[in-house]
Amino acid sequence: MEYFMSLNPVALLRALPGSIAQGMVWGVMALGVYITFRLLDFADLTVDGSIATGAAVSVMLIRSGVSPILSLPLAFLAGMMAGLVTGLLHTALGIPGILASILSQISLYSVNLIILGKANQPVSVDNHPLVMSLRYVTSGSTASKLLFFAEVILFLLVLVMVLYWYFGTESGQAVRATGCNPNMARAQGINTKYITVLALMLSNGLVGLCGALYAQFQGAADVNMGRGAIVIGLAAVIIGEVMFGKFASKRKFAFAFTLVSVIIGAVIYYIVYQFVLWLKMPSEYMKMLSAIVVAVFLSIPYLKEKRAQKKGVAKS
Amino acid sequence: MSYALEIKDVHKVFNRGTINEKVALDGVNLNLNEGDFVTIIGGNGAGKSTTLNAIAGVWPIDGGSIVINGTDITDLPEHKRAPYLGRVFQDPMTGTAATMDIEENMSIAYRRGQRRTLRWGISKAEREMFREKLQVLGLGLEDRMTSKVGLLSGGQRQAITLLMASLKKPELLLLDEHTAALDPKTAAKVLEISDQIISENHLTAMMVTHNMKDAIAHGNRLIMMHEGKVIYDVSGEEKRGLHVRDLLAKFEEASGGEFANDRMILA
Repeated sequence: MEYFMSLNPVALLRALPGSIAQGMVWGVMALGVYITFRLLDFADLTVDGSIATGAAVSVMLIRSGVSPILSLPLAFLAGMMAGLVTGLLHTALGIPGILASILSQISLYSVNLIILGKANQPVSVDNHPLVMSLRYVTSGSTASKLLFFAEVILFLLVLVMVLYWYFGTESGQAVRATGCNPNMARAQGINTKYITVLALMLSNGLVGLCGALYAQFQGAADVNMGRGAIVIGLAAVIIGEVMFGKFASKRKFAFAFTLVSVIIGAVIYYIVYQFVLWLKMPSEYMKMLSAIVVAVFLSIPYLKEKRAQKKGVAKS
Repeated sequence: MSYALEIKDVHKVFNRGTINEKVALDGVNLNLNEGDFVTIIGGNGAGKSTTLNAIAGVWPIDGGSIVINGTDITDLPEHKRAPYLGRVFQDPMTGTAATMDIEENMSIAYRRGQRRTLRWGISKAEREMFREKLQVLGLGLEDRMTSKVGLLSGGQRQAITLLMASLKKPELLLLDEHTAALDPKTAAKVLEISDQIISENHLTAMMVTHNMKDAIAHGNRLIMMHEGKVIYDVSGEEKRGLHVRDLLAKFEEASGGEFANDRMILA
């Protein structure tokens, strides 16, 4: 009883805008994870490193006087380079995909430390016109908060539209075909190695962009900020699919709806995250909780099929 | 003059130097004229599918050369041979992308061998053309062009793969036991579609089959393979007069009187 009395609903409500904004930022990363995990069928762990790379590049550029907006495409490029390394390790050197991505991730830790110079570098919204900041959703007038959210949503919609367009082009179709059936892709003259590298670059570019946005949002780049990022990205993808998959697949622009649902998945993840923290669960448990959520939802299709098979055997 | 396909002394050994070493192709020689439709028969491990895979470049060969209409493709990787080849596989799952629409699969195939640019993947005119082609199949697929291919039956998928292989005219069509995984009725329908597509487009084609009747009934030429070599090559009038028992006799002769192959369909 004392426990329940100690919970303050107002505090939860007050934290909500921050969680939503944070979820939207991570939605960019979830889109990147969706591209590799779902479209390319490649479990890419590079993202744990490349998100911090994007953050480090953005923060260091801003600190040296580059405009925060201009730092975003450069962070995107830095992420692409990380994807390029993973892709080449896999396609040109024949290292299994998941291991190639782990090698990139580990070496990125050093790269990120070199870029940052130390483990953590702050960037203050007081001194720089940051495109994102927690302050934009916690202080100021309601109108300015709403305007900020409108801007973020507009940005995300543009991103979704660009991705929708790309995956409808000849090149984007080649990515999807490569992920779905590489034998078929090669038989149709698609260079599956090249396409794999391309998709990894695009994905990690988005992850780097997310890192840049997130660093500005929290006011610092940290060399450890990417730890477990892949799990958050997967959780977002899976939450989006489970909650909106059926809804999205029946629409005319099904793929665009799917992308939006992945972003909403990330937002839901952070709302739940905030809620669980509010229930006074120690924050160190969160990573395990995220992993359990991902494990449960990834295993459901497998277990369902196994059960269906058993039933089929019993019938015949 | 150059042949549509010229295979010269092609060798391939799998797992060389291990206990599982297998001589798959032991000096295959074969020349195809423009418009030839060759059926290929032989027992398990005779090298039929291996020959097709060697042509398609699934792996590099150990020796010999493969030339298509004067172009040496021996050293090209698989995706660079695609402009010359249409391929249909034994497993209906292999030839199409299950999570993509029928029309998307077709538009990918229509661009076989072309650079994939940032142009939109399918145009209105193409969609109409695909619809007409699907209509000819008579399977009702023209009304389901935005359905995922994964929802279709094996026969439907093979029919679409055949269509995809011919959308952009290949210099050689490779059919690798493409009816083996289908029920007899569907297999007959898919064979009929194959004949139709080959004759309408005047394609040069190779068809691997385990069914001797089919091998005799289709195409203008028949070859039998055994232990990685072509051991029998018959065409024209002589092929038309063949009976299953002739092929069985030939096969028995080649395998030294031992005839024990359950995958050879005797009926």
